[in-house]
Amino acid sequence: MRTKNTILFSLISTFFLIFLISIWKILATLQGLSINSFNIEIIFIFGFLISLAHLGIGDRIKSIYKSIIFSSIFVFCDGYLIQKLPIWYNVGVFLILYFFVNKISKYTFIGLKEEHSTQVILFDFLTLFGILFFSFVILFPFYMMLVTSFKTQIALLVNPLDFSINFGQDIKDLFKSYFVIFKSYKFGKYIVTSTIVSVGTVVITLIFAIPAAYAVARLNFFGKTFLSTSILIIYMFPAIVLVIPLYTIFSQLGLRNSIEGLLIVYTATTLPVAIYMLQGYFKSIPKELEEAAILDKLSWFGIITKIIIPLSIPAISSVALYVFMIAWNEFLFSLMFLDNPNSFTLSRAIQYLSGDAETPRQYLMAGSVVVTLPVLFIFVYFEKYLVSGLTAGSVKG
Amino acid sequence: MNDTLANTEKKTAYILTLPAVLLVFSIILFPIFANIWISFKEVELKDIRIPEPRAKKIVKSISDEPSKIKILYKLRNSSLIQEIRDVSFQDNFPKTFEIENLDPRCSYKRQNLKCEFGNWPAKYRENFQVIFATNDGSKIDKKNLKSIKPKLEGKSDNILLNTNFTLKNFKKVLFENEFVDLLLTTFYYTFFGTVGSIVFGILTAQMVNQKFYGRTFMRSVLLFPYVAPVVALAYTWELLLDPNSGTLNSLLLNYQIIETPINLLGQKYIEISILGFDFKLRLALTTVIMFEIWRYFPLAFLFILARLQAIPKELYEAADVDGASPFQKFFNITLPQITAVISILFMIRFIWNFNKFEDVFLLTGGASGTRTLPINVYQQGFAISDIGMGSAVSIVIVVLLLMFMFFYFKLLGKRVDEN
Repeated sequence: MRTKNTILFSLISTFFLIFLISIWKILATLQGLSINSFNIEIIFIFGFLISLAHLGIGDRIKSIYKSIIFSSIFVFCDGYLIQKLPIWYNVGVFLILYFFVNKISKYTFIGLKEEHSTQVILFDFLTLFGILFFSFVILFPFYMMLVTSFKTQIALLVNPLDFSINFGQDIKDLFKSYFVIFKSYKFGKYIVTSTIVSVGTVVITLIFAIPAAYAVARLNFFGKTFLSTSILIIYMFPAIVLVIPLYTIFSQLGLRNSIEGLLIVYTATTLPVAIYMLQGYFKSIPKELEEAAILDKLSWFGIITKIIIPLSIPAISSVALYVFMIAWNEFLFSLMFLDNPNSFTLSRAIQYLSGDAETPRQYLMAGSVVVTLPVLFIFVYFEKYLVSGLTAGSVKG
Repeated sequence: MNDTLANTEKKTAYILTLPAVLLVFSIILFPIFANIWISFKEVELKDIRIPEPRAKKIVKSISDEPSKIKILYKLRNSSLIQEIRDVSFQDNFPKTFEIENLDPRCSYKRQNLKCEFGNWPAKYRENFQVIFATNDGSKIDKKNLKSIKPKLEGKSDNILLNTNFTLKNFKKVLFENEFVDLLLTTFYYTFFGTVGSIVFGILTAQMVNQKFYGRTFMRSVLLFPYVAPVVALAYTWELLLDPNSGTLNSLLLNYQIIETPINLLGQKYIEISILGFDFKLRLALTTVIMFEIWRYFPLAFLFILARLQAIPKELYEAADVDGASPFQKFFNITLPQITAVISILFMIRFIWNFNKFEDVFLLTGGASGTRTLPINVYQQGFAISDIGMGSAVSIVIVVLLLMFMFFYFKLLGKRVDEN
């Protein structure tokens, strides 16, 4: 039992180590180092031996010395003897090993005797593995987007694996792609259009949604349940089935290529979820406040502006942020309704750029960074509000 | 007294909800019904512009006679296919103007030239000329004359409003164009995209539900693909997967995992042999599904995490006392607790993946075996410019959607009954 657990523990931890080192090697390759093999066999042997040695030594040496010793041995063998690579790479390997030995230091021979110990170990390592795996898989495309926008066409073609950025060069050369897209491709104008459309959508949606949500939350009227259920069902209907009729109608009314047209469509598509989110919050506001207001002869307009809105700032901000994000990211309608470069939004402009096969990819990525950064910034900064919006309005997307 | 109060309440409610309801109905519900109408018509993209009578006004002075002026109107029907009926024309002139040659179709009263041109067939063109003289012999201001624009009016059939219907579109959609293949592709895309995003959602939610350093940061990072604009992400992936100089292929070549680059987005099939069985994998479709999963698992993650955090701790403590293993705890406590969320998620994601257009459009444009129903709407309606066909495909989508919803609510109703 104990031998089996020991071997299993060593195997699991070794696979984890192989994964860690492999990611580090990929990142190092992308900095221009020429590493042509993962050397999995060697890392496997070392990792296995370290795990076993760790169990064997146990508490006889202080864990910090143990970590340093193991890491140094590994770095010396792997980095110095096998691959002649720069110092920073080996420092990275040392830190990874240090982290790894620290992680396994809580497992001991005695612990391995306990019930389910292998499952516990497997779960622990799977969690660690998952954190690293998902961080890598998610952040890598964003990292690539950013780095590519700082490179030149030639550098990208000569060595597509070299992601290193030369910070020594002139600021003008470093940000060349950004200068180009703002100067030659009028991205400044597209940012303005996108901002007007998104902010406009937020404002109009709120103006329409707050009274409607208040009525649904508070007042009794014929067709109320029908209204609140149909709001959600309407929301499930996809944009793609609206596109052709809207396109024909907008063409005949001359609303294509206009900001007004986009505003109408965006407002209509975000209204259902805005009403749904707001009415849920309005219901949680105590009724007594309004009853007092009614005694004071306040009209419904007064009730909404003086009582409801001040009390629901958190809900309104989360709706506003959520609607802003939808409008900013929207692509389908802007593709259909805009074909004049003067009225493009950012998303449509980037798609238009990519339609030209000659467009260098670093310009495309610079544009992508420009359209992504505001959204990510808002998301990280207002995450608390946005997450509640995402969960409530999650039928979208 | 009570009655009037209830009445005013009703009135207020209608006033408050009306703007929103009107907007949503006109932009969302009306088009869905308009689709039905259009889908039974033979309409092309070029037909939807309403034909207009147009006139270009050219002012020419006549040499030797400064008090006279020639005005040329280049008249035309803007449409190449449709007739305009009962075209009427109006233009105004300064007070001192007298007309020299009056066309029999026109009349000139109080400085106002009125003409009835009758019917203009498609592509109709005419150069219509009038000569004016000032009665006081004063000099003519050409700029001022030019700035007055003639008014033209005419009746034409709006091709969308006539009552010629045809079943051709539906015949074409259902029996040509490899409809079965289209449905299968859409189904693969929807089903595997949904299942994949839910599986990854469960894994990541389980992961973030543990305590570790940097947990809140991890939670935001996991949501990045969901909140970032699809255009940026799709093009980044395209660069990443590019067969010639994409990062992924270069990495795989560098580590000698593959010998020749793989065109992940441009190759329809790839031959794979596992345990001696050879089979064809739909490569581009698989890649597109991967993107789908990558972009939408955060939503599943968010939902499932919220549910996981609401599971009472006592359940796990009791299981610990009974000596349950981590896997037993996961399968016997966690999984049953999240099945309700998973079924809701499954339906939401299924419907939305079924309708997803942007992702596939931006990655492959529907090429290499990734043509799904929504892509087909776009291709029929805008690439082939057959609006009627595009609408017919939209109707197919709506009908399938209604069927999903019907089955889902039936199943949901059954489960509610059982509880």
